Amino acid sequence: MVYESSDQPDRYVAATVAESVKILVVGAFGVGKTTLIGSVSEIAPLRTEETMTVESVGVDSVAGLDGKTTTTVAMDFGRITVSPEVVLYLFGTPGQRRFWDLWEGLADGAVGALVLVDTRRIEDSFEVFDQLELRTGMPFAVAVNNFPGSPRYDLEQLRTALDLLPDTPIVTCDARSRESSAAALIALVDHALRFPVTTKALA
Amino acid sequence: MARDDFHDHPVRSYVITSGRAHPSRNTIRPETLLVAEPDMPVPPSAGRQARALLDICRGMLSSAEAAAYLRLPVSLVVVIASDLVDTGHLSIRSASPRHAPPDRDLLEKVLNGLRKL
Repeated sequence: MVYESSDQPDRYVAATVAESVKILVVGAFGVGKTTLIGSVSEIAPLRTEETMTVESVGVDSVAGLDGKTTTTVAMDFGRITVSPEVVLYLFGTPGQRRFWDLWEGLADGAVGALVLVDTRRIEDSFEVFDQLELRTGMPFAVAVNNFPGSPRYDLEQLRTALDLLPDTPIVTCDARSRESSAAALIALVDHALRFPVTTKALA
Repeated sequence: MARDDFHDHPVRSYVITSGRAHPSRNTIRPETLLVAEPDMPVPPSAGRQARALLDICRGMLSSAEAAAYLRLPVSLVVVIASDLVDTGHLSIRSASPRHAPPDRDLLEKVLNGLRKL
């Protein structure tokens, strides 16, 4: 999925582009973020990594070390030139805000977040919703990624289970499908247009 | 920290900067578009990573893309890019980053673009 650079001229953004915007594709590991991004992106998804230092709580500290370990957190992303002047980036980030914060300004000024949910692990997404609602005020929409063999629920049942507001869009999605992934992103942008959020600086 | 290095100030710096850790002078986000200035020769003092960044930015790329191609963390590319913007070797092509969400006009462009996919 993650390709090495090669000298292709089409990897560059068109010279007419003067503005870039972004959508965060948020969800637990393995929920299909990179698949969705790859379905709609004009470039093969790229990966960047940051390291974070974490206290190794509950781990016997090794003599001479300070009880901290480093963890690598990866972010996969893609790009869509939506008009001759505007390019849209899709940044796939882990659910927890402390991870997105590794990329400075990642959430700042975003169109919104598309939260991918796996019906086999609904509880994984509770923390994501809490953070989006309480800490960012960022518009978001929910896309339920239908994995083969995953339980199918009625969307209104899921809305209740996820404790979503009546206005929050929730759609089913096949992350492998370009059309289906685009429809989920459209639901988010449409929502952001209908419910403008008052500025809440994230920085 | 040496005692002389510490100067208290009635207004904390993170208040002055709205919590930002870096100056807004040339704030570079992961989606910020960068391009090398073609007429500016690479400074002899430039390090290997700065040279690689100027090389990959012969065309326009976001800082995240440049970082991915160079296999460097975005946080590092942002620091190198800021210096190169200051010296005039690299330009920021996208509109300055905002703390507010995109305006209606921009959202409509995004929506129309997604509908064409």
